[in-house]
Amino acid sequence: MRRREFIRISSYGLGGAALLGGVTTDWFHLYGGTLPNPLTNGDRVVPTFCELCFWKCGVLAHVKDGRVTKLQGNPKDPLSRGHLCPRGTGGTGLLYDPDRLKKPLVRVDRRGSQEFEEVSWDDALNVVAENFLKIKEEYGPEAVALFSHGYGGSWMNHLFRAWGSPNVAAPSYAQCRGPRDVAFDLTFGSGVGSPERTDIRNTKCLVLIGSHLGENMHNTQVQDFAHALRNDADLIVLDPRQSVAASKATHWLPVKPGSDLAILLAWMNVLVTEELYDREYLELYAYGFEQLRDHVKPFTPEWAYPRTGIEPELIRHTARMMGAARPATLIHPGRHVTWYGNDTQRLRAIAILNALLGSWGRMGGFYVPASVSIPPYEYPALEDEGLAPADKPSPSDYPLADEVLAQGVCDATIPGVRGVPSIRAWMVYGTNLPSSLPEPAKTYEAIQALDFLVAVDVLPAEITGWADVVLPEATYLERCDEPFAPSYREPYVTVRQEVVPPMYDSKPGWWIARELGLKLGLPSFFPWKDAQEYAEARLKPLGFDCETLQREGIVMGERQPIYFEEGAVPTFWTDSGKIELYSQKLAAAGFDPMPTWHAEDIEDPPPGYYRLLFGRAPMHTFGRTTNNKLLLETGPENAVWVNTEVARAWGLKDGERIHLKNQDDVTSTFTAPVKVTERIRPDCVYVVHGFGHDTKKLRRAYGRGLNDSELVTRTKVDPIMGGTGMNVNFVTFVRPDAVADASEPDTVEGAVAEEVAS
Amino acid sequence: MSAKRYAMAVDTRTCVGCTACVIACKTENDLPDGYARNWITEIATGTFPSLDLTIRSERCNHCDDAPCVAVCPTGASWIGPGGIVLVDPDKCTGCKACIAACPYDARFVDPRTGTVDKCTFCVHRVENGTPTTACQDICPTESIHFGDLNDSDSDIARVLRTREHYTLLPDAGTTPRHYYLK
Amino acid sequence: MQELTTTRANALVDPVLHIWHGEVAAYLFLGGVVAGIMVLVGLSLLQRDDGGRSRHLALLPWSVPVLLSLGMLFLWMDLENRWNAFRFYLVFRPTSPMSWGAWILILVYPASLALAWRTTPAAIREAVRARIARWWEPGERALVGMGGWVDRHSRAVAWTNVIAGAGLGMYTGMLLGTLASRPLWNSAILGPLFLTSGLSTGAAYMLLYRLGDGERIRLARLDMGLIAVELALIAVWLIGLASGGSATRAAAWVLLGGPYTTAFWLLVVGFGLTAPLLAEWMERRGGHVPGRLAAVMVLAGGLALRWIIVFAGQHVGWSEAGVALF
Repeated sequence: MRRREFIRISSYGLGGAALLGGVTTDWFHLYGGTLPNPLTNGDRVVPTFCELCFWKCGVLAHVKDGRVTKLQGNPKDPLSRGHLCPRGTGGTGLLYDPDRLKKPLVRVDRRGSQEFEEVSWDDALNVVAENFLKIKEEYGPEAVALFSHGYGGSWMNHLFRAWGSPNVAAPSYAQCRGPRDVAFDLTFGSGVGSPERTDIRNTKCLVLIGSHLGENMHNTQVQDFAHALRNDADLIVLDPRQSVAASKATHWLPVKPGSDLAILLAWMNVLVTEELYDREYLELYAYGFEQLRDHVKPFTPEWAYPRTGIEPELIRHTARMMGAARPATLIHPGRHVTWYGNDTQRLRAIAILNALLGSWGRMGGFYVPASVSIPPYEYPALEDEGLAPADKPSPSDYPLADEVLAQGVCDATIPGVRGVPSIRAWMVYGTNLPSSLPEPAKTYEAIQALDFLVAVDVLPAEITGWADVVLPEATYLERCDEPFAPSYREPYVTVRQEVVPPMYDSKPGWWIARELGLKLGLPSFFPWKDAQEYAEARLKPLGFDCETLQREGIVMGERQPIYFEEGAVPTFWTDSGKIELYSQKLAAAGFDPMPTWHAEDIEDPPPGYYRLLFGRAPMHTFGRTTNNKLLLETGPENAVWVNTEVARAWGLKDGERIHLKNQDDVTSTFTAPVKVTERIRPDCVYVVHGFGHDTKKLRRAYGRGLNDSELVTRTKVDPIMGGTGMNVNFVTFVRPDAVADASEPDTVEGAVAEEVAS
Repeated sequence: MSAKRYAMAVDTRTCVGCTACVIACKTENDLPDGYARNWITEIATGTFPSLDLTIRSERCNHCDDAPCVAVCPTGASWIGPGGIVLVDPDKCTGCKACIAACPYDARFVDPRTGTVDKCTFCVHRVENGTPTTACQDICPTESIHFGDLNDSDSDIARVLRTREHYTLLPDAGTTPRHYYLK
Repeated sequence: MQELTTTRANALVDPVLHIWHGEVAAYLFLGGVVAGIMVLVGLSLLQRDDGGRSRHLALLPWSVPVLLSLGMLFLWMDLENRWNAFRFYLVFRPTSPMSWGAWILILVYPASLALAWRTTPAAIREAVRARIARWWEPGERALVGMGGWVDRHSRAVAWTNVIAGAGLGMYTGMLLGTLASRPLWNSAILGPLFLTSGLSTGAAYMLLYRLGDGERIRLARLDMGLIAVELALIAVWLIGLASGGSATRAAAWVLLGGPYTTAFWLLVVGFGLTAPLLAEWMERRGGHVPGRLAAVMVLAGGLALRWIIVFAGQHVGWSEAGVALF
């Protein structure tokens, strides 16, 4: 071969090899290369606090080109500590929800038809003021009631104080936390608070009674829960269902629903019998130990076993664990505790157990909270006409209730329940009453009877569909609210401020309250021109201004001792000044002074029926978030948890869609998929509360999942403080085709009628 | 000087499956509706009442031997800084061979661009002065550990030294860099 | 009992993978036919270079660029970001069967055009040259030059077509076969299976044309042999899957009792393979020249084979197979 040819072939070869080498490796940097950058960091980052639930975590809102791109936790905030739960993270799904209430609405057709016309704010507020004043003239200002839930409700509460109506109710009392705060108040002289004064972070033994932390996503509590787990704290969970928390427990006690009190009494028995209580603590601070010791004698673990299904040895073992960890043992009081109508007594038992273990005021138990005291605004004095709220049938009913009973206000609106209704008009702020109050039929009856109903909210819901006037509030990202200085382990002040201006024609609550207040002739109670001026006046004595607070987001107060060990003063605001294991107050009012077992309190489900239990999902705040595009991605709908054996007996397949029908023959409007699982007892079923909206104005939420509120047609009311126990309904399964044709016999039911629930 | 090797570990003892990580990733990375780069898996085993529940936050495993990178015909799937597996949308044709190749089903097609998308270990943060990923940052139970495996003092290196851990589908031969603490 | 819940909602992988649909199946089928034609015509050119072939057989290779373009159009339609398709040709990734395929396709065009020009009867070539000469002189000169080159290197052209065709046939199977995370596909048999099927469908396509009797008989005999090999390969493939681990067994179940069972056995094994095999065998025994019916069945079976394998293979991944994930 000649040289020229050789060179030619070689160069072709080398060139080819180079080319091949270049394209097969990254020699030419032809592979990949560009690093992605979503560019979601904001041009400005605004601190505020969240309102996707009611915890009020500090948030950093990123704003880019006038749009909120993302929400992060504020690392300086003592509640969020830089982390957020999924709901707060998905807050932009609320801000940019196209179904938001946009303009004030006035009803043009019959109530409930959801036919409205958009009007100006002035017109809408005039309608409200006219109606309020008319009712005041005829029945007095107390005939107008306010239902309020959420931080922005404080402005409406203030308005109603000025207006002169005592009928201001929050469903979060008698439908949620009420029994717990009354029980702890009776025992220790203080309620539990929100954020709860529980020292989960440092506990050595955490006991959860039905609480499902981890699905219940109160941010700080879940953070502390994880911290405790990492520090090898023991975890004992009482729950008929294997919640996420139960799955992480050292011991999960799958207790028969309704029988938790029996376990609590048996634990008391073991602690007392085996002397595992904090003797010194009780000698110093408690009253009634001898009575309690004698009282719990019969409540042995063997006694508890047939009533609860929990083996006596396990009851003893867990009591010993709790005793061994004292005083850093925390029996968590829970939050939503209105279950069976004897709830105050059950929470008394929880309080007493904590007292026996010496955890109140101690590290790992309950700390003594501190707060920054922000002086109130100086308003003119109100004449106290001594008007009692209309929520109770008679003053001697529910004698220990210390807040207004929302269901009682509802009752007082229905003609015939207590004679002539004393309530003629409602303002409903931020709470969807057909779902937050039990017995929705009564709620709708009351609504129909009202002379006037005005709803203030951010999103439409069932309640706004029934209102005469709907006022669109701006979301938490678009408004200022009261400065927030909670009672917590560290005192601090924070503020909510406008991250972006209100969208559409929505207005902040302070503006709505003020404008309405002016139209109602109450200018002396709204002397400030905006929330900023109001806040400035209150914060000035503290030595800082609104601008500092808005810039920093958080201003910390001076740290106080929060444990008795550190020097916090043990004060018990009970009548006796001591921890009352035996409650004089209860005895005087004619109730059991110490919790006791009444078998008649708990009934068994009828054959073929299962107790309906409900709870929380981590990405939802009951019905408030079920239209949120982001949150629906991970929580698209609720499912009915059914035990595998029960599903097998009914021929139910996993994912099959089912209606639920309760003991009063009420069938759920919509269906939910069945979740066939081993993680629940065979005598009950479980759903997440908040789905099954039937208002078409919530386009994403409509018809999605099953509404458990429809099935709460029966309640057992706590005689001590009026809490409405809702876990007293029993449901059976109805297939969709059986509902479609009501005349056909329901063969599914017929076939299983003889089935005895095991 | 050793190059970085990013890795992530999720503590299954404290992960409660709340999905804050999923939502945070969506907003941080401006993801399309209906798709997420990470997800929660819950596996329940046993018979009532002796039950076991495992909860995991899952995402792309950024494998050392990533089949998605091997199979990509245009080089759009590539190994970026610290071993992070990335997709360059400029080069992606949307042929989906990588989606078929991934045993963890971690990839999806962004319907807005027609290109393939997946977890990036927030490379735009961690290579730019913010050492945490969005999911790690938001996690209320602090269950997500992330960092440089080659730095023996890093949190991730320490936690893998002290805690028993596993990876998913080890028999797939991908050598994932996403661990789960038992 | 194991309960698996996930919040993942990725429509492309949940509840089963569905990223590749009819477009990919159609491309794989057309690629197979094209591969078959190239190999068979290439082999025939190596055997008898004297041009003694029927007119239709001589012009058949022109089908290749047409069918291939149709197949590539389908492939292009499957791309989610199709205007980036040029990116396939900026790099070559040896670990990516799809990259191999992209480049093989590029090779196939000139190879098949050369083959087609080579087998085209001289009279037609002359007519074309004359037509082009009338309006584009440089084109005519190039055509004559290239034609001369093709004639001089006839064996090289034939071999290139045989190799490129075989490569094309194999790669369509390897494309799926090397995906380790899809147990139904993940088998070394898929490459040879698709090649054999490609040759068989290529022969069947050729049988659709008006070929000489001798050509028909030879092609039909070849096709019968190929079908027999194909049936054997399918059996080996399924036995291998069914005797593997839980993932491959779950994958095999899709065709052995699961959702695609009837379609597979009826359309592919029955209608697409066994029936034409029997038909051709009976025609041989009866001494008739094989008709077109069997060919149509083979083609339909070839498309069905690829269609079902594409869809069935996406039905089971590692998690659907219930494989313990850790």
